[in-house]
Formats: sequence, C-alpha cells, structure tokens
Amino acid sequence: MPIANTPTTVPVVVDEDKCIADKGCTVCVDVCPLDVLRISDLTGKAYMKYDECWYCMPCEADCPTNAVTVNIPYLLR
Amino acid sequence: MDDLRAGLNEVDCDLLVIGGGTAGPMAAYRARKKNPNAKVILLEKANVKRSGAISMGMDGLNNAVIPGHSTPEQYTKEITIANDGIVDQAAVYKYAQNCYGIIEELDQFGIRFQKDENGEYDVKKVHHMGTYVLPMPNGDTVKKALYRQLRRARVLISNRYMATRLLTGKSGRAAGAIAVNTRTGEFLVIKAKAVIMCMGAAGRLGLPTSGYLYGTYENPTNSGEGYSMAYHAGAKLANLECFQINPLIKDYNGPACAYVAGPFGGYTANSKNERFIECDYWSGQMMQEFYNELQSGKGPVFLKLNHLHKDTADHIEHILHTVERPSRGRFHEQRGTKYSEQMIEMHISEIGFCSGHSASGVYVDEFARTTVPGLYAAGDMASVPHNYMLGAFTNGAIAGEHAIEFADDVDFDDFDDAATSLEQERVLAPTRRDDGIPPNQIEYKIRRLVNDYLQPPKVTAKYELCQARLAEVRHDMETQMMARDAHELMRSMEVASILDCADMAAFASLYRTESRWGLYHWRSDYPGSNDVDWKCHVLLSQENGVMTCEKKDVAPYIIPIGEDEKDAYYKQRITAQA
Repeated sequence: MPIANTPTTVPVVVDEDKCIADKGCTVCVDVCPLDVLRISDLTGKAYMKYDECWYCMPCEADCPTNAVTVNIPYLLR
Repeated sequence: MDDLRAGLNEVDCDLLVIGGGTAGPMAAYRARKKNPNAKVILLEKANVKRSGAISMGMDGLNNAVIPGHSTPEQYTKEITIANDGIVDQAAVYKYAQNCYGIIEELDQFGIRFQKDENGEYDVKKVHHMGTYVLPMPNGDTVKKALYRQLRRARVLISNRYMATRLLTGKSGRAAGAIAVNTRTGEFLVIKAKAVIMCMGAAGRLGLPTSGYLYGTYENPTNSGEGYSMAYHAGAKLANLECFQINPLIKDYNGPACAYVAGPFGGYTANSKNERFIECDYWSGQMMQEFYNELQSGKGPVFLKLNHLHKDTADHIEHILHTVERPSRGRFHEQRGTKYSEQMIEMHISEIGFCSGHSASGVYVDEFARTTVPGLYAAGDMASVPHNYMLGAFTNGAIAGEHAIEFADDVDFDDFDDAATSLEQERVLAPTRRDDGIPPNQIEYKIRRLVNDYLQPPKVTAKYELCQARLAEVRHDMETQMMARDAHELMRSMEVASILDCADMAAFASLYRTESRWGLYHWRSDYPGSNDVDWKCHVLLSQENGVMTCEKKDVAPYIIPIGEDEKDAYYKQRITAQA
C-alpha cells in the first residue's frame, strides 16, 4: 500500500533568529524525552520533525537562547 | 541522524539498570555507593537528564511517612485498606520504614521540601486516615540534582538505547539485555550479573479523548516495555486486571491534583457546584463515583477552586502551572480559564498500568526481586502499590543495594547466542519491508480497540471480541509493519509492547470473574465482589509462549486490619443532607 504524507501542525516552534544549532548547539534535541526534534540540513536550525509531543517543555526550559516555544497540540487546545 | 546502520557492540557489567527516570538513577547510584568497584550501566531510551515521568520535576510527595506525622504501621494499614486488602504488606511496610531516610538523602541532594516556621516538614492530610502529603517548593530541580549524583558516583550512562528483550542465562537467571540505538538502529548486547528494570508505567495503552496519541496522562515514552520484557523473560505480573484510571483536566489530561488543591480547600464538584465525593484522594471507588457522576445528569465534573480567596486559588494555580506539567498554564490561558474565576472541567483518563495507582506491575517482593532470579524491578512498573516518586526512589535504592550484593556472589550466566541474533531479526523485521503499515497506524488501531472494548465497564463478550481483533492486528504487525528509519523503528518496538500490554489487560480481566476496586475492575456481568474465591492476587505469566493466570494468596498481614476499618475506602459518596 502506498504511504501518504498527511500534514499536521506541530506544537514546538523554534525562533530561527535565536537558535544557535548552526553553531553546534544540540541541547533541545538532546533533552527531548520523545526524541522528536532534529537539526535541519537545510537551515542548520532546530525544528520539530515528528508530531509526537507530550508538551513537557525540557526543550524550552533548557534552550540557552530562549529560542524554543512549546505550544499545546491543536487537538487538545 | 535516523539513517539505519548495521552494527552490534557487546559490553559486560556487574549490574545493568534499565531506565533512567526516577527509580533507575537511584538504583544505579546506591549500587555504586555500596560497591564502588562494581561496573554499573544505566541504560536509557531518551536522555537521563530529562527522562521519565518526572522530566520537569514534581510538586510534592503524596506518600511521605515522616516521624511525628505518621508511622510505617499506620501507612501500611491505610494502603492495605485502599487496595481492598489485596496487598502483600512486606514491601509496603519496608517502603514505609525506609522512605524517611530517602527524603533526608534527597534533601542533601538539594531537593528541598516544604517546612513550617519551626523548621519541621509541613505535611498535609489528604488521605482518608493518615497524613502523608509533603509539598516540594523547588521540585523542578529533581532531575538535575539526580544527574549530579550519577556523575559523582561515576555510573556509566548509555542514552538513546532502547532495551527490547532481556537475556536469560542457561541456568535461568537474568543475564543481561539486548538494546537498539534509537537513532541508528545499531545493537548493543549488555551482559550482566543482575538486572534492574525501572521502565515506568504502561501509559500508552488507552487512547486519550483528544485522539492525540501522545496526549496521555503518563509520559508517553513509558509505553509498557518493562511489562512486556518481563513477561517474555518469564516473570510473573500482578494485578493487571486492575487498571489505572485517573481524574484529569479534560483534554489537557494533566493531573487535577486533589493532593495539591485539597489541603487548601479545593475539591471536585458536579455541574450543580455540589461536592459529591467525601475524599478527593483517588481510589477505584472514588473513580467509580466520578464515572457515575459523569454519566448522570449532574455531569460533567469540575475542579472547584473559585470559592477560595483569590490569593489561595492563584497560589494553587502557580504550583500546578510551574512544576510537573508546566505547559498546563498555557492550556488554560488559551481556553481563558482562571482557577480563581471558573470551575475547571475534568474528565477521566485513558486506561493504563501503573503500580502507583492500580498496583498493576511486575510482581516483586520486599527486596524488589521479581520471580526470575537476578531480575529486579522498581518504580511504576513494579507491583508495590501507591509508590509514586518517593516509592520509586525508595524501592530503587532497595533494588540497587540488593542486586549489587547478588551480583557480587555470582558469575555471568552464559546465554544462547542464537537468542541475540533471533532478537535482532525480530527488531529489524519492520525495516526489511519497503511496503507496509506505519507503526503509528497500528498503534492507533490497538489503542482505539482498547477504548472501544477494554475500558470499564468490562463486558465479557466485548473482551472476547477485542481479543480476536487484537490477534488480527498482531498478525498485521508481524507481517506488515514498516519502519523507514531508526526513529520509526523505536516506535514500532513500542507498538509491540503496547499490544502485549493490551493482551495482558484483557486476559487478566477475564480471569477475575467478579468486580473489585470500584471502576478499576468493574465487570458488568459479574457486578458483585466475591471474597471467597477472589480475595487474592492474580498473577499472569507465560508458559511455553502461552499466556496463563494463577491465583496467589495474600501474604499473612504484618499489620492487622480491624473489621471496622477495612471498608473505609468504600464510603465515598456524600450522603444526601436534610
């Protein structure tokens, strides 16, 4: 069976102006219990790759530049 | 990252601790303290810095037995009554005797507990009988404080490795585990003289009402691997027919926290602003009344704080929005709800296994030993009831010390090398397919079936239908599940655990042909309780790959329970007042 890509709005938002992942920072990717954040090959910045979020907030709390915001997933809002 | 790579490494150690949340770090730390020469490996699916149920901290202890406020005897009695008498008291009593020492140790780690003006612990009464609730004003620092101690004790930490099966030695002992890297798919075989499992609750069993797979009460990383791995290793599991179901904030699915709000005068109310349960401390009977109220014309049910002084309501709001589940403030902000102004809608959670709430766990004795030699379990997945965070720390410490002593006395138990290659094939099977069903769809289907058929009220015919449907899904999982990268591989292994847990929940529930523990095991076709046949534990295990259940007598009480006390948790509903 073919696989489709269903769009989904993700709760974790990264401010690319503040994010320093392109300088080697991986804090948010490291601390995420669900392991859903990645560094983009395209922009060098962190982003939420998998919509599997517990909105628990270590990524936001531990970000050294306050670049990460955790929103409540749309289905729960 | 996430690209699959072939690879296999082997390491050995004296003690392997699986799970770096709450119990695991304490077990590893205490083992190293007891034997500084021992090689102790702590394996973690995520990252020990922020893993487990308390990744952001905890707002209080709800089972602290502190001299001057309560006694181990009193606590053991209360927990026995709360669990309808079906409790092996030795493990509860041991916890109660040891937990004060753990509080003092945590205090030395820098985790502060609330004290009154005289410098005494400021313990609050929330339970029916005793006083055990202790707030933690800087509870957000728990994980950081633990991590410092792990580094100091030089515990070897392996992050992002997910254990998939235990290895059993030729003499029947636990001999280690096989794990897969969640970002590369490479394998790690860890040979160990003893193994402690601290792998959390089975929190991704039912589907939250929001429909969001990860909007669970438990941290969704806790997807029941501990239960599944213990089962496959031949360990016995207790009370799996007793489901965790909690009163939670509707949609957000966060704890309503009677034990935070209760001491300040907050309570659960129906839509007529009326209180309908005597005590908001959870129990199966309390959940039954909660369910009844939801189903009645007086639902829905609310957390009521708006009768309190604004400062008090704001203070409670501040605690609930800062620690444990801090995104909750954002949820309420978006909804426009203020605790001081409106009542907050509540609902009941999806079902799960968690010993703290429902005593459902891998069966352990007072030394945290499972029924498999050399295999220990602690925290939410071990069967000691009402454990929570302090229980995870306390029993983790007990497990760590006992297991390292055990490891000192034995040599490695050789295992069959074929077991590791078979396991690699099982794990990698979803990556060998280039067409099939992604793990998230299989997971959704399992959990939707759990909601449709397994959540109480439990009906035999629905359960049998569910077993048949789950068998079909298992066939799909084994023949069609497809993982395209290492991340999806991790999810596909979690799905296998979730399905095992669903099967175990159904099987154990059908075995106990009576109703007990209120909503947790309410069988509509066996509505009454039957003490003659069922005042016992049910242990589930496998024999030659076939699931089986047996009865186990409750161990003779250490602390006797009086006839006039044993029903205290059954008187939940407020009687009509003239």
